[in-house]
Amino acid sequence: MPVAASAIYFLNLRGDVLINRLYRDDVGGNMVDAFRTHIMQTKELGTCPVRQIGGCSFFYIRISNVYIVIVVSSNANVACAFKFVVEAVALFKSYFGGAFDEDAIRNNFVLIYELLDEIMDFGYPQNLSPEILKLYITQEGVRSPFSSKPSERPVPNATLQVTGAVGWRREGLVYKKNEVFLDIVESVNLLMSSKGVVLRCDVTGKILMKCFLSGMPDLKLGLNDKIGLEKESQLKSRPTKSGKTIELDDVTFHQCVNLTRFNSEKTVSFVPPDGEFELMKYRITEGVNLPFKVLPTIKELGRTRMEVNVKVKSVFGAKMFALGVVVKIPVPKQTAKTSFTVTSGRAKYNASIDCLVWKIRKFPGQTEPTLSAEVELISTMTEKKSWTRPPIQMEFQVPMFTASGLRVRFLKVWEKSGYNTVEWVRYITKAGSYEIRC
Amino acid sequence: MSRNDSKYFSTTKKGEIPELKEELNSQYKDKRKDAVKKVIAAMTVGKDVSSLFTDVVNCMQTENLELKKLVYLYLINYAKSQPDLAILAVNTFVKDSQDPNPLIRALAVRTMGCIRVDKITEYLCDPLQRCLKDDDPYVRKTAAICVAKLYDINAELVEDRGFLESLKDLISDNNPMVVANAVAALAEIQENTSRPIFEISGHTLSKLLTALNECTEWGQVFILDALSRYKAADAREAENIVERVTPRLQHANCAVVLSAVKMILLQMELITSTDVVRNLCKKMAPPLVTLLSAEPEIQYVALRNINLIVQRRPTILAHEIKVFFCKYNDPIYVKMEKLEIMIKLASDRNIDQVLLEFKEYATEVDVDFVRKAVRAIGRCAIKLERAAERCISVLLELIKIKVNYVVQEAIIVIKDIFRRYPNTYESIIATLCESLDTLDEPEAKASMIWIIGEYAERIDNADELLESFLESFPEEPAQVQLQLLTATVKLFLKKPTEGPQQMIQVVLNNATVETDNPDLRDRAYIYWRLLSTDPEAAKDVVLAEKPVITDDSNQLETSLLDELLANIATLSSVYHKPPDAFVTRVHSSAQRTDDEDFPEGSESGFPESPANPANGLSSPSTARQSAPAYATGAPVTPPSGAPVPDLLGDLMGMDNSIVPVDQAATPTGPPLPILLPASTGQGLQISAQLTRQDGQIFYSLLFENNTQVPLDGFMIQFNKNTFGLAAAGPLQVPQVQPGSSARTLLPMVMFQNMSQGPPSSLLQVAVKNSQQPVWYFNDKISLHVFFTEDGRMERSSFLETWRSLPDSNEVSKDFPAIVIGSADATLERLAASNMFFIAKRKNANQDVFYFSAKLPRGIPLLIELTTVIGNPGVKCAIKTPSPEMSPLFFEAIETLLIG
Repeated sequence: MPVAASAIYFLNLRGDVLINRLYRDDVGGNMVDAFRTHIMQTKELGTCPVRQIGGCSFFYIRISNVYIVIVVSSNANVACAFKFVVEAVALFKSYFGGAFDEDAIRNNFVLIYELLDEIMDFGYPQNLSPEILKLYITQEGVRSPFSSKPSERPVPNATLQVTGAVGWRREGLVYKKNEVFLDIVESVNLLMSSKGVVLRCDVTGKILMKCFLSGMPDLKLGLNDKIGLEKESQLKSRPTKSGKTIELDDVTFHQCVNLTRFNSEKTVSFVPPDGEFELMKYRITEGVNLPFKVLPTIKELGRTRMEVNVKVKSVFGAKMFALGVVVKIPVPKQTAKTSFTVTSGRAKYNASIDCLVWKIRKFPGQTEPTLSAEVELISTMTEKKSWTRPPIQMEFQVPMFTASGLRVRFLKVWEKSGYNTVEWVRYITKAGSYEIRC
Repeated sequence: MSRNDSKYFSTTKKGEIPELKEELNSQYKDKRKDAVKKVIAAMTVGKDVSSLFTDVVNCMQTENLELKKLVYLYLINYAKSQPDLAILAVNTFVKDSQDPNPLIRALAVRTMGCIRVDKITEYLCDPLQRCLKDDDPYVRKTAAICVAKLYDINAELVEDRGFLESLKDLISDNNPMVVANAVAALAEIQENTSRPIFEISGHTLSKLLTALNECTEWGQVFILDALSRYKAADAREAENIVERVTPRLQHANCAVVLSAVKMILLQMELITSTDVVRNLCKKMAPPLVTLLSAEPEIQYVALRNINLIVQRRPTILAHEIKVFFCKYNDPIYVKMEKLEIMIKLASDRNIDQVLLEFKEYATEVDVDFVRKAVRAIGRCAIKLERAAERCISVLLELIKIKVNYVVQEAIIVIKDIFRRYPNTYESIIATLCESLDTLDEPEAKASMIWIIGEYAERIDNADELLESFLESFPEEPAQVQLQLLTATVKLFLKKPTEGPQQMIQVVLNNATVETDNPDLRDRAYIYWRLLSTDPEAAKDVVLAEKPVITDDSNQLETSLLDELLANIATLSSVYHKPPDAFVTRVHSSAQRTDDEDFPEGSESGFPESPANPANGLSSPSTARQSAPAYATGAPVTPPSGAPVPDLLGDLMGMDNSIVPVDQAATPTGPPLPILLPASTGQGLQISAQLTRQDGQIFYSLLFENNTQVPLDGFMIQFNKNTFGLAAAGPLQVPQVQPGSSARTLLPMVMFQNMSQGPPSSLLQVAVKNSQQPVWYFNDKISLHVFFTEDGRMERSSFLETWRSLPDSNEVSKDFPAIVIGSADATLERLAASNMFFIAKRKNANQDVFYFSAKLPRGIPLLIELTTVIGNPGVKCAIKTPSPEMSPLFFEAIETLLIG
């Protein structure tokens, strides 16, 4: 049964109810007490997001300082429920202008109730597209992206658009300048052994799109991925152009993309929602260009001293540079004193996370700064257990670089009025979970 | 900035309710609206504002949509507690349902459906009827869900008003969202009734598959979930369906992906082409892996489902084990599930990598995770024979780290490894013994003690090691005490020297006299008696070779796995439990019909025995038929009981006036077959028969004393037999006076002293008494006494079992002389012997009957009887996993059919 919820609660960290909405009669109104006493106030919190208490099951997610709890008593669709919560939070954020926390909820509780009534009926999720909902659920004080638009009043055929086949775009949009912004954002996930062997490495990328296009445009996106190119050359009976092609392990698309067409023709064609949205996500495991290599040597000198040497090597082009590079090198809890020398950036010891934190604001390509540190430890007689070295973690952003090598080949826009469009493309690679064991 | 609603939560302390009441009745619109907001705020934090019902409802009739929605929200929460006042709202609802604004029409119907008050429900029908046919799709999609709401409140009303038909019409609606909601509503209604309401035909199927392309992501989930109930007719149709569903795997919504996976897996069962299956497996892997980059909660749901999927189709993710490697920052619940899947995917090819990972995890911080990682190494050793040695060396490395809980966990798994590969890795015992003194957890201690006992002959100082544990014997937990007891006995049997002998006495004393634990005491007494009567037998028992274990932990049974796979993405797939195990809602009427096929009375006596014309032998038939009545403890007294001794008494010319035995203590019953005639037994005549009463097997015995002396001290013994039948207790027969008789029921147990060789019905019995020599006689075991009461099978499981057994397991036999006169009578008689009627069909002029029965230890017997009613000749076919039982079965069925 695709029912996702019988009731939904928003609680703050103390367990106070911020919002409660009952959708079905099969759970009692006091089930939230059960959640408080059996999950929130116990060590169970955080050990498992799906729990059964009595005849009811609870699914919960924590988002900033709010717990969102769903209660059901039937064999509900859990995947649907969690996805609903995630989407609902995105919706609220889009209404509140980005923030979703206890204060935002208290300040907008009337609106939230109104939205909750609209986006779920009898436990079945309905349309959650912010673009469409903002057509007819408006509250004064809400930051509406339409306020600058010609049509200030809600469009009369809102109901048709909620239920329509293109349930994510409203009709009659007009822009003076037609623009599309494409951001290719990649996260590199790496797990490397202390000897420099890559244990696991993949890239999860997403293409974020911001559309300011008039009318009902049809878009087509071309990437340098292998399958798409092969199909294209087949159709045009032309050999594939030389140049790097990459193999996508998996792709998922926003609901606006015609999946059947993608399946048969391998083209990404869609009618985009207005404004910002995530067009697609992809994953790559083969041929990943790692932007950084990390070479750590950590020596424990007796009970009370450690010597840490870390060299970080940037492997991307010399003309490029990375921003906001942070290297977190774990040290034992009983660290007493640290001293550093770094060839670039700044380093300090952060006792709350038991790490040496080395920050380099601007990190050019083809360089290899090093950090050497001496760590003094408090000698403890009781602690027999040896230190379980957690991995070194890295954060960074490399603009105009894709770890996968993905490139946008073209973005075509068709609209019956035949206007010209300006397209902007940006690339950026970030660290996902970038871990080096030491 | 955004609005500031939080002010509605702050209140002036004094007289909140009256203050609100006043504001709600204010003449100013804005003030009223603010007041309603305050009411909702109070409601949210759990204050009772139901007393304001009338005042709030008064605000309902407003042009302001925001205010109206708030009032509706209030109504949903409080209408139930004020049903009489709720009627005040009805007029506005009905009016709103005809508003020119479709948003208001929909809102009215949506809200009315949420108010479970009879008076409101009555008025809901007309607006609902209108809205189901509304011009606006938004209203129709809302009305579709409302039908499901109404069905939940009053199913009859929905059926009477023809809403189900309207709902079915909406499946053909031109708006995809209306279609999706109608499908969701119908699917839910179907789930709550046993009658066929929403049957998916081939036509509906193709219509819905087309709608898939157009509807919202959630609508796709509704449709895919509803379609997963559809059973394709053949492989070709299944392939077609799958082809239409596969594009959904690329959807960004995880619920769509999982529902598509569910549907594909279900259809794959029908697809025969290995190429197609392989191709599908290839297509499903990437989307499943992608789910692991979602929010951790969604990852958790995905991982629980992947756990099921790899049990059915291990190939899908066989090459993807790396994606299940744990990240340092994964939440613990994700790590635990990943570990479980890594074990499932571990193979000879990737084990080195996997072991490196496990070793890494075993040094992490979270104790539970570390333990699970160590256990995982052990499970891989048990699963992969060729990797066992590498696993053990990793475990030994971990033991050397000397982290207490790692050592303990390692010892627990090493015990299992020893049981899996006996006599292979004992060289490491010395290393294990070094950690002996760090053990403080019961399971680890028990495991170590087990190892010492099991390999006592190879550990030079085994006696010292055990002795060190013995000092604290009384304080140890039961688990450890039991192991200590067994290990000491093993040690003694292997090294019967002085030291162990003293130890054993200490242990036995501790475990019998000094303990309150019945398990421990019983085990100790058994060892004590074994050791004192027959040390060789004790060796046979205690040191017997143990069966080799396998790693079946966390493997689900096929039928359960089937059910769970059909429930992918739902709670059931997360809990790994079938839905009825945690959903308490009871759906009535579904079960009852099945039972009605079968007449009652299978457990009461048979009234109809005389009318059985074809049944040549009428008198034994009556006798046998009264047996069940007697069996169930119905108050059957004398008519048949008394004559027996009378008759015999007269025959032998003895005085019969003395009633020898207390009637109550020794129940009387039908005549039993004479097994030891008085002529053989020097005047003692024994009649006996096995019977089944209340699920228990008894040996019904009649002793008749035709000697000149009273007989007493009766004892009985059974020789080894096929079923291992033995007396459950001593024979209780009082002294039998000359010329009188005694009857007794001896409870029997099975599987006690089983004989080897082909099954035989022979039961050899020895009886003795204080006055006579031992008498030996033979009885014949009739198989039907073993038929258990739970032998009834559902028709579907019967068919399944029948199909799952190879044809070589089918044996048949003809009984040319037997006539079945009346089907009903026969069925009842068979049912009384726990042979349950399943189905009947006609084949030309013959009737074919199907029955099920079950032998202890769950061996099913599937029986087919073919005959022409009233004519001689019955063909009996039997299919069972134990076809060697069939000769015995044919003997039994022959007796049963003759009656």
